[in-house]
Amino acid sequence: MEPDDLRVALAALSTAPEQEWLREALARVAREPDDIGGLFATAARRCGRAALPSAPGWTVDEAARALLLAALPADQVATAADTLYRYGDAAEKRAVLKALPLLPIGAGAVPLLHDAIRTNDTRLVAAALGTYARHLDQPMWRQAVLKCVFMGVPLNVVHDLDTRADGELATMLAGLVEERRAAGRDVAADALALLDRLAAAEGKKA
Amino acid sequence: MRIFDPHIHMTSRTTDDYEAMAAAGVRAIVEPAFWLGQPRTNPGSFADYFDSLIGWEPYRASQFGIRHHATIALNPKEANDPRCRPVLDLLPRYLAKDGVVAVGEIGYDSMTPEEDEAFAAQLALAVEYELPALVHTPHRDKARGTERTLAVVAESGIEPGRVVVDHLNEVTVGLVRDSGCWMGFSIYPDTKMSPPRMVEILKEHGLERMLVNSAADWGRSDPLLTLRTGEAMLAAGFSPDDVDRVLWRNPVEFYGQSGRLDLSDIGEVEATFEGSSIKRGGS
Repeated sequence: MEPDDLRVALAALSTAPEQEWLREALARVAREPDDIGGLFATAARRCGRAALPSAPGWTVDEAARALLLAALPADQVATAADTLYRYGDAAEKRAVLKALPLLPIGAGAVPLLHDAIRTNDTRLVAAALGTYARHLDQPMWRQAVLKCVFMGVPLNVVHDLDTRADGELATMLAGLVEERRAAGRDVAADALALLDRLAAAEGKKA
Repeated sequence: MRIFDPHIHMTSRTTDDYEAMAAAGVRAIVEPAFWLGQPRTNPGSFADYFDSLIGWEPYRASQFGIRHHATIALNPKEANDPRCRPVLDLLPRYLAKDGVVAVGEIGYDSMTPEEDEAFAAQLALAVEYELPALVHTPHRDKARGTERTLAVVAESGIEPGRVVVDHLNEVTVGLVRDSGCWMGFSIYPDTKMSPPRMVEILKEHGLERMLVNSAADWGRSDPLLTLRTGEAMLAAGFSPDDVDRVLWRNPVEFYGQSGRLDLSDIGEVEATFEGSSIKRGGS
């Protein structure tokens, strides 16, 4: 997903006044970066919240907010992302997390992922495990995946799941499965399937 | 019976309360920022509290299909502490948020000069951010406090139809009705207002501009007293449509003036993440 893809997806779904608002907001952010706070907060009311069919997983407000961030002068993006996340409501925080891989910020925003993974809001935990999660170190990434299973977040939100999943994650998952079964409780099918795939891969190696 | 509780402090309630409220027909709520019992001593404490009103609480409510909104303000009691005054500078950031549907609770606690100043400043913010205002009336010296409240509201220039004056009783309801402001009633187990007394007030003063809330908080209170009031109305001969007007359409009309009330897909629990740690109670 690139900013241009979001632009195209938005154009297909937005009304003329919504597009006009966004066009003006993007120009203003480029000109007056400090004005982004108010525009970011009102973007959902002005642009809508519907799902974007041509950008799977994105909603209109998230795409509009990502474009606002991408419209900032490059040297101000990292600080702005940090501030907007810190002072955002849950939807704004989620939009910042989803925008991270589109922004010229390197690995600088990893602390935001750590914050999101510490929350108990499943929507934020899920948003922290997109493509930007490649900057998470392996121990934190495993903890985050395990937390998804624990909270019932579907594992298809995790980017690069099969490439990154390793023996240590298998051990952790197996422990959770054992605890749950001992308590007479179920484990999500996608977690069991992952565990099976990891066991099969381990078997091939051995 | 569908219920919109226009004033309830869910921060102080358990997740079991959300479950019981949803079962009782509560589909939407407004949580006003207020005092937490323990006084706060710095603006950072307020920032975290406000963040929770637009972050964690809406999420917790959504697990039970309840739409959560907030009102944000520096409350009258803590407006008296100079260490908390800088909270006024934090407000603009929060008043821009989607889930914030009014400025509140503002008004008087002990009617000090500091409260005067914070009250007027925050009514001005309501006008600037095109938001309604939720005004608390004092528990002590209530009649004179209500008169003074209405004078300050009139002086501020905000339209009376965009103001609810809350915690009213038999003595103060008439004053507020005549002012054109909305009338709020907090139904409590012992104090403030009870379901039978509320029914008498509705019989005498009609249903227009009437808001009934539980104001449930950390004190002795009950989040289901909105339902009990609806039942008492029916028992007294009010129609189901009358009950719907008081417990749903009136709060929708009042807070709808913010342009931010989001009642789309009401009652649908977020299916994608059903079975989160909250609903299951964790492992």
